[in-house]
Amino acid sequence: MNTSLRMYERSARVYKGVWRGSVFSSFVNPFLYLIAMGMFLGSLVDEQTGGVAGVSYLEFLAPGLLAATAMQTGAGDSAWPVLAGIKWQRTYPAALASPLTTRDLVIGHLAWVATRVALVSVIYVLVAAALGAMPLIDGLLAVIPAVLTGLAFAGFVTWFSATLEDGIGLTNLFRFGIMPLFLFSGTFFEISQLPDWMEPIAYLTPLWHGVELTRSVALGTEPPFGLLVHASILIALIIIGAAMAVRQFRKRLYV
Amino acid sequence: MTTLLMRVIPLPLRSAQRAKYVFERNVMVYRRGWMVIFSGIFEPLFYLFSIGVGLGGYIGDVTGPGGELVSYTAFVAPALLASSAMNGAVFESTMNIFFKMKYQKTYDAMLSTPIGVPDIAVGEISWSLVRGALYAASFMIVMAGLGYVESWWGLLAVPAAVLIGFAFGAVGMACSTFMRSWQDFDYVTVVTLPLFLFSATFYPLSVYPPVVQQLTRFSPLYHSVELIRALTFGVFDWSLVGHIAVLIGMGALGTMVVGRRLHRLLLT
Amino acid sequence: MSDALVTAHDLTKRFGDFTAVDSIDFEVQQGEAFGFLGPNGAGKSSTMRMIGAVSPITSGSLSVLGLDPATQGPELRSRIGVVPQEDSLDVELTVAENLMIYGRYFGLARSVIRPRIEELLDFVQLNGKRDEKVDKLSGGMKRRLTIARSLINQPELLILDEPTTGLDPQARHVLWDRLYRLKQDGVTLIVTTHYMDEAEQLCDRLVVMDQAQIVAEGAPADLIVQHSTREVLEMRFPPGTQEENIAQLSGLAERMEILPDRVLLYTPDADATSTEAHARGIRPVAQVSRRSSLEDVFLKLTGRSLVE
Ligand SMILES: Nc1ncnc2c1ncn2[C@@H]1O[C@H](COP(=O)(O)OP(=O)(O)O)[C@@H](O)[C@H]1O
Ligand SMILES: [Mg+2]
Repeated sequence: MNTSLRMYERSARVYKGVWRGSVFSSFVNPFLYLIAMGMFLGSLVDEQTGGVAGVSYLEFLAPGLLAATAMQTGAGDSAWPVLAGIKWQRTYPAALASPLTTRDLVIGHLAWVATRVALVSVIYVLVAAALGAMPLIDGLLAVIPAVLTGLAFAGFVTWFSATLEDGIGLTNLFRFGIMPLFLFSGTFFEISQLPDWMEPIAYLTPLWHGVELTRSVALGTEPPFGLLVHASILIALIIIGAAMAVRQFRKRLYV
Repeated sequence: MTTLLMRVIPLPLRSAQRAKYVFERNVMVYRRGWMVIFSGIFEPLFYLFSIGVGLGGYIGDVTGPGGELVSYTAFVAPALLASSAMNGAVFESTMNIFFKMKYQKTYDAMLSTPIGVPDIAVGEISWSLVRGALYAASFMIVMAGLGYVESWWGLLAVPAAVLIGFAFGAVGMACSTFMRSWQDFDYVTVVTLPLFLFSATFYPLSVYPPVVQQLTRFSPLYHSVELIRALTFGVFDWSLVGHIAVLIGMGALGTMVVGRRLHRLLLT
Repeated sequence: MSDALVTAHDLTKRFGDFTAVDSIDFEVQQGEAFGFLGPNGAGKSSTMRMIGAVSPITSGSLSVLGLDPATQGPELRSRIGVVPQEDSLDVELTVAENLMIYGRYFGLARSVIRPRIEELLDFVQLNGKRDEKVDKLSGGMKRRLTIARSLINQPELLILDEPTTGLDPQARHVLWDRLYRLKQDGVTLIVTTHYMDEAEQLCDRLVVMDQAQIVAEGAPADLIVQHSTREVLEMRFPPGTQEENIAQLSGLAERMEILPDRVLLYTPDADATSTEAHARGIRPVAQVSRRSSLEDVFLKLTGRSLVE
């Protein structure tokens, strides 16, 4: 094995160690959060407030975690694997030697990500429903906005990964991008809890729209700006992200 | 009697005058990659502001270690300090040690010089301690700045965090000597994430049913969290001795295993 | 006691039930270049690691610089230099930093190491790469850096385990030249290799190792004289006809080795033998006449080729 591949492997593990561990943990980690924060910490929250946004804290958290997990899956699958495809394993340049185009590559990749997100989400909903954290049917419906959320991140992260030379940029993306979004975009608490000046910033984050949309579908409520607005924003983000990814692939791979 | 004693004292502590060069090597590497260390400081802060402040807004006050009510943020902050000491140490000791041992052959290079296995074990473990102390100190500064350190005893939380780093670092390093491939590292998060979430980190032990409360005592992170929490609130009782003993025991055991295993693996 | 720098007697190394080095004896004298020639798996590296005091001996005796590797490891290692078979450079550091930290491992002061770095980079011709990360170096450069690193403590004895394996011919020659200069400066060298040309070029004396044992010992030229003829005639026949041709070759040479793809005829005069074969009506598709080499010695002693 050459050094850069080793470095990559290590960095990949570094990132995975922090964020996803493995496929196993991309299925299991959300439940650990759901049980620890939703059930146990939730019991304290409910005691004090009688519930959040009109439901128990567990029911509030469950769809939020669904969207956040979708984000992590979408972003994770578009980070290291994409950089590896371009640089280390060079599967993308190899694919381009066939009649495939860069657009095919990006669309194929996003389709795979969508599948992964859908799979992770459905399993999550089934277990969450079994725990009484989500109604089953509405929960399954909420998989749709979750997949949109995952893809909104997948497009941009694919583009970002395709601009990089090494893994440090990705480590920083997760440390300073994905992680703060996970913690501050309405997954764990309504953004009205944030200091006033931070609220408008949350509106700008894609995850907040994903969380609101997923939560409103799961709980059967009306999201702050209306279903259509949030959905359109996510879809617009997917299209822009994918287009940027295609452009960057072209720039990077046809040299 | 002396020979028995020599057996009980972990091998590395006996002869490790050259450990400082192993440490120096890490300083040299990170002098350029300081950003990696620096950026690690933010993770616990993000959790503090999110769970502690944001989510804490719903909760208000909880029962603190002394039995009196304390703000949720002040309650969670010491736990985050303990958790980040654990995460930092485990991370550094498993991933990096494995990489250096299996791929980069750093230790093989060191061992072809006068440096010996005890130097390596002591050097690496002290490096992860210093790193942990750095994290702990910066987190403490933020905590104190926000007024979440209720007692001057809170200053002791920094050495306590170093002890936590030692305990987890030594055990983590011991585990990494048993790892065969990168796949095995997936088990690391399988252990650390549940510890992070369920060790009375985010809520008092009392929310658990009694059986689970007893089970939690088996979590080394639980002892770490309780130790730092007690210190930041300045609440002392005999249970502290127990927490400290658990951590020292872990560290000593880990160090001993590391010495033995490195001998087996590197000096064949 | 002899004044040998390294003395091994009945030296044995076992990994579990497997014997990697089987009671070998050898002596390395002050100032010479001593070689271990043998195919992969012969036990060369195992022997080097024992000499380098990083691998405990199983039985027998071993003394290096008059020290016992088992009890005086650190002192011994502080006086030798080691170029391991696999590069163990610190890829997270630059070229110069690699030398600096390695010098520190020996407990040398920075002020002592600094001028040595410049000298050594000069010596291995890497001055231009001073602040380059090790990743960016080619295989030959890495090998040179490893050699520079092994010299940072000004060792009395330098152990090189396959210093040129995997390098292109040019890089090999640069390395050979550097090693030759070290020898001129009085450094004792122990070199392992599975290249006979390398052994012939570098070594004053060598042992041939095969399957954990030493099968021959001496100066390269002496070994050839002892175990082979002066010249060799190699003949290659059209596929499928080697058998019938061999029958006709009998009596032409002192000795004959039959390899799957060609026949080697050991003879004092290859041209004369060739003429004679021609007269017998033998028509090889290709033939080469050459001087005998260590490869031939090895082939004779073991019945196998050295490489592959
Ligand atoms: N650490 C080890 N454990 C078990 N077997 C080993 C070990 N090191 C080497 N060997 C075996 O010992 C034999 C000799 O190896 P080595 O000394 O590396 O040979 P060489 O350097 O001549 O190629 C090989 O068959 C090898 O597989
Ligand atoms: Mg070898």
